[in-house]
Amino acid sequence: MRDVAVVAFAQSQHVRREPYRNEVELLMPVLHQVKSDVGLDQTQIDFTCSGSTDYLAGSAFSFVSTLDGVGASPPISESHVEMDGAWALYEAWVKIQTGAADTALVYGYGKSSPGSLRDVLSRQLDPYYQAPLWPDSLALAALQARACLDAGVTDVAEMAGIAARSRRAAAANPYAQLQGSDDPEVLLKEPEIAAPLRRHDCPPITDGAAAVILAAGDRARELSEHPAWIRGLDHRVEAHALGVRDLTASVSTRQAAEHAGVGEGPVDVAELHAPFTHQEVLVRRALGLGDGVSVNPSGGPLAGNPLIAAGLIRIGEAASRISRGEAQRAVAHATSGPCLQQNLVCVLEGEG
Amino acid sequence: MSKERVAVVGIGQTHHQATRGDVSIAGLVREAAVEALDDAGMTWADIDAVVIGKAPDFFEGVMMPELYLADALGAVGKPLLRVHTAGSVGGSTTLVAASLVQARIHRRVLTVAFEKQSESEAMWALTLPIPFSPPLVAGAGGYFAPHIRAYMRRSGAPDHIGVLVALKDRQNALKNPKAHLHEEGITFESVKDSMMLWDPIRYSETCPSSDGACAMVLTDEAGGDAATDPAWMLGGAMRSEPTMAPGRDQVNPLGGRACAADVYAQAGITNPREDIDVAEVYVPFSWYEPMWLENLGFADEGKGWTLVEDGATAMDGDIPWNPSGGVLSSNPIGASGMIRFAEAAMQVRGQAGEHQIDGARVALGHAYGGGSQFFAMWAVGADKPTT
Repeated sequence: MRDVAVVAFAQSQHVRREPYRNEVELLMPVLHQVKSDVGLDQTQIDFTCSGSTDYLAGSAFSFVSTLDGVGASPPISESHVEMDGAWALYEAWVKIQTGAADTALVYGYGKSSPGSLRDVLSRQLDPYYQAPLWPDSLALAALQARACLDAGVTDVAEMAGIAARSRRAAAANPYAQLQGSDDPEVLLKEPEIAAPLRRHDCPPITDGAAAVILAAGDRARELSEHPAWIRGLDHRVEAHALGVRDLTASVSTRQAAEHAGVGEGPVDVAELHAPFTHQEVLVRRALGLGDGVSVNPSGGPLAGNPLIAAGLIRIGEAASRISRGEAQRAVAHATSGPCLQQNLVCVLEGEG
Repeated sequence: MSKERVAVVGIGQTHHQATRGDVSIAGLVREAAVEALDDAGMTWADIDAVVIGKAPDFFEGVMMPELYLADALGAVGKPLLRVHTAGSVGGSTTLVAASLVQARIHRRVLTVAFEKQSESEAMWALTLPIPFSPPLVAGAGGYFAPHIRAYMRRSGAPDHIGVLVALKDRQNALKNPKAHLHEEGITFESVKDSMMLWDPIRYSETCPSSDGACAMVLTDEAGGDAATDPAWMLGGAMRSEPTMAPGRDQVNPLGGRACAADVYAQAGITNPREDIDVAEVYVPFSWYEPMWLENLGFADEGKGWTLVEDGATAMDGDIPWNPSGGVLSSNPIGASGMIRFAEAAMQVRGQAGEHQIDGARVALGHAYGGGSQFFAMWAVGADKPTT
């Protein structure tokens, strides 16, 4: 395996609604920032890979117009996944592993605000048996939360504590959408919006974009004084039908963590893409994280959840902690699909 | 560190049709995947990872359908990646799957591409607003017709060249049991007299809208050594360029030329017309054969149409193009690129049946998409590469 590092990361200001800028305009400042951080223009980047989804954009081939904003002239070596940007990062990392590239630009973006997000996400479901019933994303998460409560995996007080901790931590994150929180006891007096979930248990709806630059070996050391080295990267998927899954455990996170080698050393920081409070408990367990691990110091998805960028942001945030010397070993996690169906795990380390 | 060698050891395709009402989306992809596994002598358990591709999710009305297809593709507990690079996606998907083997991350990868276009109306789904232009374009043909006109003007090609390409590909399809269109009585006159859709593109010079899927099993060198008649990957590349850029040549795009040059350099191809025995090239409208003949270096600029007129690209010509019948005879968009890649591999494996080109040792698979701006290509050979 080649040593590959995150050498730059940028993200947009995460907002509930970005009505004036389209996806290209949302993305371009972020792309310019990562490139200027490492002093590269597009012709000096060996491979480019992005993540987006037409269902958020409301337009077929939406990524094509975004490419117009990247600066792909002269032609570039490029690919795109209809997935979170974390999986675009995976494809770029594989490309670098083949030896065909030493540097890669990765980006992910999405505007969740234009449609009814919880209904849009119901279009991810089995089109013959589930989607016609329009079970929305909040209802499915609530189903999972109920299963977790019934199994004693968590309780509502722990869930409220996760919400308060996340949004308080976000006060130190200038890009976060939600900052600050009432005490958990106060949160628990709010009504349930999809039992047993209360408003604080759910992620906000967010428009946003993020970009990362990867580089291999000495190229990474040239581009960054403090590269965040990817020591393990893996992703796994579970069955789709909720009825055949154990909703009280994140099996695919555990599988990805084993392949990525999470347990081979102590973890200082974890950035987890667990959009709902009970899911943080599941992902922490699946990763085997102890109480000493700082979880989502950025505020995590509960403080800003731009779909398709949110997983990539976890990798970027974890890498930033390492580059700033705040952590030596970090774990980043990304998820996709209803009730944590698909999960990616990335282990990052500082030099030395 | 050199890349791991990649072998194609299993290939499967559906019977492509206008409407595969007999199967679900999962049934469609499994039909191709099971055939590929059987061909490879493998079961689902032998597969390390799955890479799936398709064109826009709106074509079937399912957002990120790979999530729903995880079970059907035997991907549970494995890595599953979903690629989407417009019309080139079937090719790109294959190359992403190959990169997992080249990087020695996985040894056996199943790659699948599909489209079930009967679930929607593809022509209007392909009618996209072009920035700063009045909304006059209807369907992909409406977008490409002016570029074909530009080619005809530049090259001085006579009007009947497109008819010859369509006739050749549709006649080739009669030898391919998997092809969507089997037009037994087709003649030069019947193509020429068919309705003009997007001048100069006639109805019979246009790809159909198909339901279909394609799948391949790719392995590392050891897997190829253990297989009977594997196809070996000799080179692969992708290139992308913007839809709109000052000075961009959409008739002979730089991205296509750069992509081909990259593949040829990897494969040791210096003269494509001589070094390549057969090519499966993405020709959704007949005139794209002479245009791509030039773009891919098989003919000098302005001379591609003379190869068509001379019959060089016919099955008995010196450089057969699309013996399968090509995109003009089957077009499940998301799968069409992978079908080109797979048909190229079938030729060097000697597996192409009635449309086999005798003695094919080196073949090119090609896909393009968007406004002639996304390119994916690979070269495959019957012999294991030495470098």
